[in-house]
Amino acid sequence: MVGETFYTPVEVARVIAGQSVPGASYTVGELRLPRTALAVLAGCAFGVSGVVFQTLLRNQLASPDIIGISSGAGAAGVVGIVFLHLGQAAVSGLALGAGLAVAGAIYLLSVRQGFGGTRLILVGIGVAALLQSVVTYSLSRAAAWDLPTATRWLTGSLNAASWPWVAPVAVVVTATVPAILLLDHRLAVLRLGDDLATGLGVPVRAVRISVIVAAVALIAVATAACGPIAFVAFMSGPIATRLIGPGGSPVLAAGLVGALLVLGADLLGQFALGTRYPVGVITGLLGAPYLILLLIRSRRIGAVS
Amino acid sequence: MTTTHSLTARRLSLSYGDRQVLSGVDVDILPGAVTAVIGGNGCGKSTLLRALTRLLRPTTGQVLLDALPLTDLPARQVARTLGLLPQSPTAPDGITVADLVGRGRTPHQGIFGQWSTHDHEIVARALSATGIADLAERSIDELSGGQRQRVWIAMALAQDTDILLLDEPTTFLDLPHQLEILDLLRDLNTARGTTIVMVLHDLNLAARYCDRLIALRDGRVAVAGTPDQVVTPAIIREVFDLESHVMPDPVSGAPMVMPIGRHRVLHRTES
Repeated sequence: MVGETFYTPVEVARVIAGQSVPGASYTVGELRLPRTALAVLAGCAFGVSGVVFQTLLRNQLASPDIIGISSGAGAAGVVGIVFLHLGQAAVSGLALGAGLAVAGAIYLLSVRQGFGGTRLILVGIGVAALLQSVVTYSLSRAAAWDLPTATRWLTGSLNAASWPWVAPVAVVVTATVPAILLLDHRLAVLRLGDDLATGLGVPVRAVRISVIVAAVALIAVATAACGPIAFVAFMSGPIATRLIGPGGSPVLAAGLVGALLVLGADLLGQFALGTRYPVGVITGLLGAPYLILLLIRSRRIGAVS
Repeated sequence: MTTTHSLTARRLSLSYGDRQVLSGVDVDILPGAVTAVIGGNGCGKSTLLRALTRLLRPTTGQVLLDALPLTDLPARQVARTLGLLPQSPTAPDGITVADLVGRGRTPHQGIFGQWSTHDHEIVARALSATGIADLAERSIDELSGGQRQRVWIAMALAQDTDILLLDEPTTFLDLPHQLEILDLLRDLNTARGTTIVMVLHDLNLAARYCDRLIALRDGRVAVAGTPDQVVTPAIIREVFDLESHVMPDPVSGAPMVMPIGRHRVLHRTES
């Protein structure tokens, strides 16, 4: 309904219902609708994944797009597409595997200090930088006509959105988000710390591992589909907490905030400015000042964790 | 509530890497009594308490709850019998007192954390027993150290367990607040027969407020018994390497330790 041609809501509804409408069937059904669906699903995946990591590690900086999980999934996605010429489902699977591997590696590299802590975040930032160079290298070797792919992996973009990319994200979101919500109550108890949670009869290790695997799956598959859309995972949780207050559970709210952020930023990037910008540029503009603010504030308090 | 649950440790050994922290500790916690674990820094007090609450897995030996190994029991079942207040618990930012105390109901609720009227009653009772009912809607961040410690104890009360273990519940509190917490725990013990085990640094308060003392030295139980049996110059010397004079506390009649250092001593006693 926004764009160079106007279609009435009725026409759009008919396309969604599966009818064939001249013109609108292609524009809405093949371009706009998968793009919107991917924006909502990936945004939700980023938001939930981010807030799960932030909750478990008790640190806002410990979001998966900052500690290298997204970069791992992204690097695997680029390698899968550029060098191995894999299909969408295989790329999603590869990204998931890489995300889990990176999460495991970061954990092993920082485990000496116990779970959480500044060390894990610093190791993660290092790993993220390393993996980002893998992405850049792969793209430099890629075919020159693969420009949409390049913007997707470098900044995060919905330009490549099509139903085959939406499907894996939809499957993972519908499988893991309800599972995380089922564990939500125990996750809330984990926020009291491992000792108290154990004392209250929560199986800390089992809850933590299952929730982390679910969160990694979310971020990996969403990153495979639309690249690392900057800062959505990082910002959604704190915004959700601000909206619903500290007592409630931020998981569902963070998912909704994430979806809105991606959808809104994509709309802005496509139509509000003279040139079309990928969605990651817009979220990056929003997120970077927030990250700087957070770093300044945590420095003032005295520690990052 | 009846206190029939027994908590014992058998030949408990525990090490961090190469360092042996507990070596073959046998402990019997007397049901319905208030017990303090005492000893010098690094003697294994906190480690023993953490092993008793399965926060640490012993290298060898076992902790038995009602004669069953703690490690074999379902976590939720243990959590309904055995409450625990760690040394410096952290609260999530901005959480309210009522919310935090409510988390104590976790082991009694289903996995979705559904609340029953019984849960609400117990939380209300815990809030009033600790004298913080009027703070229920306040954020934890706004409270003083003493108030905060009462909130944590209220949370442990909401857990509604027969046995409650506390790691240095009076640390960082000034003297009036230390007494307030100890009085509160004594009330709990008298009113509901809750078995209480705590790590305490202040020997005189431990001797005054507790029925039993367990003195550790170098990861072993040096002596366990009533304050009169444990607080003697000979045992204080053995446990703390400290010369002392012991006399009855004029307030409670419990034994009171007067430590003897190198300065400010009128005359040496040969007790």
